[in-house]
Amino acid sequence: MELILDIALLSLLLVTAVYIAWTRDLFAAVILAGIYGLLSASFFMSMGAVDVAFTEAAVGAGISPLLMLSTLAICGRAQRANPQRALLALLTVGVVGALLITATLEMPAFGSPDAPAHLHVAPRYIADSMREIGIPNVVTSVLASYRAFDTLGEVVVIFTAGLGVLSLLGLRGDVREEPIHSPMAEPSHLVLRVVGKVLIPPILLFALYVQFHGEYGPGGGFQAGVIFAVGFILYSLVFGLEAVEKIVNRALVQALAAVGVLIYGTVGLLGIVSGRNYLDYSGLAGDSVAGQHLGIIAIELGVGITVASVMMIVFFVFSAQLARGRAVPHAS
Amino acid sequence: MIDSVLAILSAVMLGLGGFFMVSGAIGLLRFPDFYSRMHAASMTDTLGSYLVVGGLMLTAGWGLPLFKLALILVFIFFTSPTAGHALAKSAQHCDLRLPGGGASTKKADNEISGSAQGPDSRDVVSADRV
Amino acid sequence: MIIATAIALLVVMVLALVRALLGPTIHDRILAVNVFGTKTVLLISVICFISGRPEFLDIALVYALINFVSIIGVLKYFEYQGRDEREGMQ
Repeated sequence: MELILDIALLSLLLVTAVYIAWTRDLFAAVILAGIYGLLSASFFMSMGAVDVAFTEAAVGAGISPLLMLSTLAICGRAQRANPQRALLALLTVGVVGALLITATLEMPAFGSPDAPAHLHVAPRYIADSMREIGIPNVVTSVLASYRAFDTLGEVVVIFTAGLGVLSLLGLRGDVREEPIHSPMAEPSHLVLRVVGKVLIPPILLFALYVQFHGEYGPGGGFQAGVIFAVGFILYSLVFGLEAVEKIVNRALVQALAAVGVLIYGTVGLLGIVSGRNYLDYSGLAGDSVAGQHLGIIAIELGVGITVASVMMIVFFVFSAQLARGRAVPHAS
Repeated sequence: MIDSVLAILSAVMLGLGGFFMVSGAIGLLRFPDFYSRMHAASMTDTLGSYLVVGGLMLTAGWGLPLFKLALILVFIFFTSPTAGHALAKSAQHCDLRLPGGGASTKKADNEISGSAQGPDSRDVVSADRV
Repeated sequence: MIIATAIALLVVMVLALVRALLGPTIHDRILAVNVFGTKTVLLISVICFISGRPEFLDIALVYALINFVSIIGVLKYFEYQGRDEREGMQ
């Protein structure tokens, strides 16, 4: 059964990917990218990589098509043909692809127990994680404790991406224009408004569950942050951008994006203060396992805050830009 | 006794759910125009999901999985019909017309002045601006 | 029966993907993605039960929520888009 599942999912993935590359209608490409996200999450799920599937579910299928769509709405949806560049691109892709395929010939067989990934550090994580960190989800203990530097880098990357979007699109955001017209916010979308009201509280509650259950099951700060942001994004989609700005202070969200990174860094510094290495949480409490637990909760909170704020900033800046761009031809 | 009854019931629900979903998907693929495809897809989408999740719930036993499945059921109960509703509304908003020009709202008034439609011109999209 | 359901779900996903590839209008594609998303929720739930790890239903749950938001977002942007360039949608 698993073989059938893997073959079916992989061939669907292949078809989708080829079509995405083939089509010139960028809108269709984005919609199919959503399908691609759904398929790869199912595939991760069938391989047992639950945390990756979770991230793919929240980011690949949810947020990123939305952001790509808002980009398309600003930039237009037809791809411009450029034969010379296409030839160059084809050549580059062909060479890189050939190199990658040659590289895979050297790789150990799929699922082989002798693969370096299964011999190097993974056995130690699996054997010692419970004793050293004391939480059931090994993925969380690897991400948040053994490889905390790596995760800090990821959080800083997300924060930097948020800064980049703000500096490119958000600086003119303080100028107040005419009220943004949102078709979905019209009273005729009554069903959507009612269902939106029903769904938003469970989404936020579920985000908190994912945030604080990450040590016991799949989940953690990244996924929780995205889900939390999705709650607010749904609100803005259904009720319009002004309605969200009444609830969410823009300056506060921007500050919170930095606060999350600061929480992460500060926990690392506390490790030094307690006489250990940077981001070693063992000294944070009397007991080393309790200290690890405390540190992981704190940094996951930092990750969640940063991811949620950055996602909200990016989406709202894009939507505001979109509404501005659309407002001009309507006024004329 | 109870267990075997539950197992049979669950198998029946899963089978029915699979049947409805496949028939809906065939409708999605084969029907001639957008609105009938949407009818086939969204009706069976909702019912098939209820049956499959319900069938899984019967095998889950008491515990957190049962609760999560119930939550999935509730979410699908709200989201699936709403998504269908929003989709149909958006299609109408974008002047995606029925083959006979039978859109039953005030949009129909605008459509009369739209481009001519041949008998086989399903999914005609008007280029006129409202 | 649970395996038969999984196979039925895969068949449905193939058919929905074909519809998403064929189009012809953008709304057909969105409809196909919507069907595809619901089927993914179900497929993940079924995979959880086939592989005997029903505690991982969180992923199905998150899909059930996020798929909806994503569809609504797509529709919203299409309404923005649709007002200005209707001629571009065949």
